[in-house]
Amino acid sequence: MRVTLTVNDEARVADDVWPGESLLSMLRERLGLTGSKNACEQGECGSCSIYLDDTLVCSCLVAAGQAEGHRVRTVEGLTDGDGDAVKAAFVEAGAVQCGFCTPGLVVSTHALLDRDADPTDPDIREALAGNLCRCTGYEKILDAVRLAAERRRA
Amino acid sequence: MTTTALDTPVFLRPTTLAEALAAKAAHPDAAPITGGTDIMVELNFDVRRPAVLLDLSEVAELRTWERDGDRVRVGAAVTYTRIVHELADELPGLALAARTVGSPQIRNRGTVGGNLGAASPAGDCHPPLLATGADVEVAGVRGTRLVPVAEFFTGVKRTALAADELVTAVLVPRKRGPQQFAKIGTRNAMVIAVCSFALALDTSARTVGTGIGSAGPTPLRAPQAQELAAAELPWESRDDIDVRLATRFGELVAAAARPIDDVRGTAAYRRLALAVLARRCLRWAWQEYRCA
Ligand SMILES: Cc1cc2nc3c(=O)[nH]c(=O)nc-3n(C[C@H](O)[C@H](O)[C@H](O)COP(=O)(O)OP(=O)(O)OC[C@H]3O[C@@H](n4cnc5c(N)ncnc54)[C@H](O)[C@@H]3O)c2cc1C
Ligand code: FES
Ligand code: FES
Repeated sequence: MRVTLTVNDEARVADDVWPGESLLSMLRERLGLTGSKNACEQGECGSCSIYLDDTLVCSCLVAAGQAEGHRVRTVEGLTDGDGDAVKAAFVEAGAVQCGFCTPGLVVSTHALLDRDADPTDPDIREALAGNLCRCTGYEKILDAVRLAAERRRA
Repeated sequence: MTTTALDTPVFLRPTTLAEALAAKAAHPDAAPITGGTDIMVELNFDVRRPAVLLDLSEVAELRTWERDGDRVRVGAAVTYTRIVHELADELPGLALAARTVGSPQIRNRGTVGGNLGAASPAGDCHPPLLATGADVEVAGVRGTRLVPVAEFFTGVKRTALAADELVTAVLVPRKRGPQQFAKIGTRNAMVIAVCSFALALDTSARTVGTGIGSAGPTPLRAPQAQELAAAELPWESRDDIDVRLATRFGELVAAAARPIDDVRGTAAYRRLALAVLARRCLRWAWQEYRCA
């Protein structure tokens, strides 16, 4: 089937989409957007996190057809000042090791700071509870979020 | 599951309830998909290959909630995030349970209708729906009926839904007293309950509702515990709760469970943990009543 949607502010069409296919698979395999990572395909790791309209979701758990007519924003599309600031904070805080979890964490952090400019540590932990990292031990990730929040408020 | 079905699956996207019900009647084998947080896992891992996927996420009627007398009618496609933000005052037990589901990403998509449709004994909506005496609204082209939630679950992952029916809403009594929900897992986020417990006090009728999750083939109630607490709680004096009453309440809840040993825990551990959860929930709820 054909799926028509807006991805990162651009009208896109994907053809030959299998109806049971995930939005993640469609973004990566048919639209060439490999920023969102495929690690677990079961909602556990958050590395596929994107915005569907204005909501943070795991794209592996959305059927591609459910995005028909909707707006999707992936990590590639987070190029506004806030998105760039989050990415820079991750680099500067040393929150990236293998980097596989990073795109999902960047999107989740962006979503957190969008609704809460000054999150407490428990708020940050709660907001990122759906994103797993096997490398960093999370401390640097927390530093990155605090740094991004600080800069955004400044 | 035939080869043809595999080759030519269909994705249906109704935008009205009437269309959705007509589609379900025309394709009784269609698998509904709302938030997708259960069924997409099955599709991704090829555990299930439905010939027809019926997307309910665009059906406006299913995405609203409204007050209906002394109840709130929560549409099947209302997400956990919305329950937490919009219904915590009126449906505190359900909101507490919704708060514990998965992660923000899962709560942003997962729905009550999907939780009921999946009918896992571990589903977190089920204990508070049992404790408050909610009804499940079920509809098909033949009409709409209300199924008391205790009768909705007919076995492990089995429900009272007919092949041509969908869950359209849950009708949940508005708060009539303190409510609690507690859940055991290996960490605070992203866990399926090892066991869970919900409690709802009705301080006008002076009755106590219970719901047990993940400790039986279906979610369960603990009728003897309910009767004991209703009869012996000091409703009038609002005195502190008697330790023996709380302990006995916990024991009766544990006795009502029908747990098994599985990867998440043993039956013995579940009973032990349930007794503790039940005791604590009763204490917390009673404290709230005393201070009210
Ligand atoms: C990482 C992760 C963590 C999770 N954590 C929890 C948790 O803590 N607690 C918990 O309870 N659950 C949890 N779940 C399971 C899931 O999120 C919930 O069961 C959720 O409520 C499902 O809702 P949905 O709309 O996403 O369902 P879907 O996946 O869309 O559907 C689930 C099932 O119900 C059927 N269905 C959907 N809508 C209807 C309807 N209106 N009428 C009839 N049938 C219908 C579908 O055909 C399917 O069989 C988790 C899942 C994941 C992936
Ligand atoms: S790939 Fe989607 S949550 Fe892991
Ligand atoms: S940096 Fe390797 S998984 Fe997070």
